[in-house]
Amino acid sequence: MKLTGADIVIECLKEQKVDTIFGYPGGAVLNIYDSLYKKGKSIKHILTSHEQGASHAADGYARASGKVGVCIATSGPGATNLVTGIATAYMDSIPLVAITGQVSSNLIGRDSFQEVDITGITEPITKHNFLVKDVNKLAETIRKAFEIAKTGRPGPVLVDICKDVTSNKAEFIPFDGKSRLDLSIKNYFTEKDLEEAAKAIQVAEKPIIVAGGGTIIANITDLVSELSNKLKIPVTTTLMGTSSISKSNPLYTGLVGMHGSRVSNKVVSECDLLINIGARFSDRVISDLKRFAPNAKIMHMDADPAEINKNIYVHYPLTGNVDEILTGILKYTKEVSKSEWAETVKQWIKEFELVFPDDGQLFPSYIIDKFCQKAPDAYITTEVGQNQLWAAQHFNFSFPRQFITSGGLGTMGYGTGAAIGVQMAKPDSKVISFAGDGSFRMNCNELATAVHYKLPIIIAVLNNGTLGMVRQWQTMFYDKRYSQTTLNRGPDFVKLAEAYGAIGIRVDKKQDIEAAIDKALSSKDVPVVIDFTIDIDERVLPIVPPGKGIDELIFT
Amino acid sequence: MKNILSVLVNNHAGVLSRVAGLFSRRGFNIDSLAVGATDDPTISRMTIVVEGDENTVEQVQKQLSKLIDVLKIKRLNVEDSVHRELALFKVNADTTVRSEIMQIAEVFRANIIDISETTLTIETSGSIKKVDAIQQMLRPFGIIEDVRTGLISLERGKNCIINDKES
Repeated sequence: MKLTGADIVIECLKEQKVDTIFGYPGGAVLNIYDSLYKKGKSIKHILTSHEQGASHAADGYARASGKVGVCIATSGPGATNLVTGIATAYMDSIPLVAITGQVSSNLIGRDSFQEVDITGITEPITKHNFLVKDVNKLAETIRKAFEIAKTGRPGPVLVDICKDVTSNKAEFIPFDGKSRLDLSIKNYFTEKDLEEAAKAIQVAEKPIIVAGGGTIIANITDLVSELSNKLKIPVTTTLMGTSSISKSNPLYTGLVGMHGSRVSNKVVSECDLLINIGARFSDRVISDLKRFAPNAKIMHMDADPAEINKNIYVHYPLTGNVDEILTGILKYTKEVSKSEWAETVKQWIKEFELVFPDDGQLFPSYIIDKFCQKAPDAYITTEVGQNQLWAAQHFNFSFPRQFITSGGLGTMGYGTGAAIGVQMAKPDSKVISFAGDGSFRMNCNELATAVHYKLPIIIAVLNNGTLGMVRQWQTMFYDKRYSQTTLNRGPDFVKLAEAYGAIGIRVDKKQDIEAAIDKALSSKDVPVVIDFTIDIDERVLPIVPPGKGIDELIFT
Repeated sequence: MKNILSVLVNNHAGVLSRVAGLFSRRGFNIDSLAVGATDDPTISRMTIVVEGDENTVEQVQKQLSKLIDVLKIKRLNVEDSVHRELALFKVNADTTVRSEIMQIAEVFRANIIDISETTLTIETSGSIKKVDAIQQMLRPFGIIEDVRTGLISLERGKNCIINDKES
């Protein structure tokens, strides 16, 4: 059967069982959109306000569902507008396929209208990318793109398709479902390595598990909990690992690193064995390398061999399928009924619990607590900065994928688009985006998208009238020189919400919080923006000052 | 420390820039990179000379192997491999020094491949050390321009990157 390239794109999306895509049309993708109109009835297309919103929505969709997120943009500026979203997905290992239009193959290299070398631009921020100049190679390329995006350590893949390819015809051979490339995770460990690792864990007096985002990607959070329960090992998480373990777990110590909890950072500083499962020892976790887990042997389980010894020397490297690694270790370990270390850590968890004064002020922690009480099963997206860390610290996450945040790239403007994607993936769940006034304003245009598609996402703007995290650093480390961080310029977020057709609520008194949250949660098909007025000098605490060790936290 | 990586890659557009980009992005230093198609025209072979300690080279190998277009990587044992670099040197050579230069070329088993009234162009191949040595000998005459290919290497004997199990 001969099909046009545009039809092949749609057929390939169908054979990958893609039900939702996010995008924005334009000249170079006109044929693809035409085929979508004619033949893509089974695919729901979400037209965003801006291509960046489409990329974040596809990313949010992927994070919430575990499936590959798909976004489409035209050539030139359409493609470059995806770049931040692709980089965001790359840093957090999110499976994404970005399809971009390109000028016709005979116009490439001539500085044609809306021509940009997007495969060149995205080379460092994609797992792989393709430029398709021949319609006969289109179907196989798209199949490879999906396989690369989701196999092994996931990541974004960009497929740039010349316009003439979308109108040319080729024989379409339906997908045989077979793998095109040898990308599956390879096991580099032996049975003896597992036995030795198990022994090291068994004899460790002060072990700690650091669970990263990899535990969520690999669906091994149950095994991590099992290991922790069986051997009474405390667990801390990185930002990306947040929601990998239920906060109600008595051995969970909270976040580790720059904004780690006092107990997490103390436990890591004192441990004799640090068991890293699917985390990449980012600088935000390690801070000063010399003061990071100075007494510990390091065990690192990861699917990606390149993560071993990248940032820190590893004594027990275990590379491969981490479910098999953990299953093996569980097999070779004996249950521990009581551990003095675990009891000590539990004591510290109680002792160091942050208690917030209740003096009628509108504290961010209090607002997040109230959301958590009223919607404990909501999916949470965030922007980047204080809102992100407050959400990570205070929301009681109870299941994997519940916390959706730009961890590696730290993308302000991520939350609203991501919330749209999450809501599309989880239509029956509540989706709340914790935002700052600065970051929400960056991409608040996507409110129009949420309104149009009747998505009842809730955007909780923790409005301190400043770029809070940067101001916090200026306060603490720059002698209060508030250079370009004060946002005393509106807009009025309630009026803004209403202008877009969303519900806007302002809360500046503590007693109004609950009613506002109730009203927002009761909205069935209209997005809600709640503008919480908080103090300009609220801080994320504790914090490890730059260049210091994680045991040198500041608490005030 | 110099390390030699032999790398098989898909032979299509953009692969060289992916490999070069990876080195600059991750802060690895390339001493030289030589690339050309193999007997199988769909595959190219790169010989990359990398400066760095054990840890750096391990990271280079692991990061390279993540590139979809990289098919095989082998770190060559310098002692168990043969190495060649090709170089061309154009030097000032009027009649007063021409025969002296030709003698030097002879000692190094280098070839004179071009001659003019005022210049000689010398072709030499060999180890990096040998090429360095002839360059040093030619420098006093004035090297007008020169070009080096970078090192290419193969393992000695029947060892071969294809049937190697290492990576």
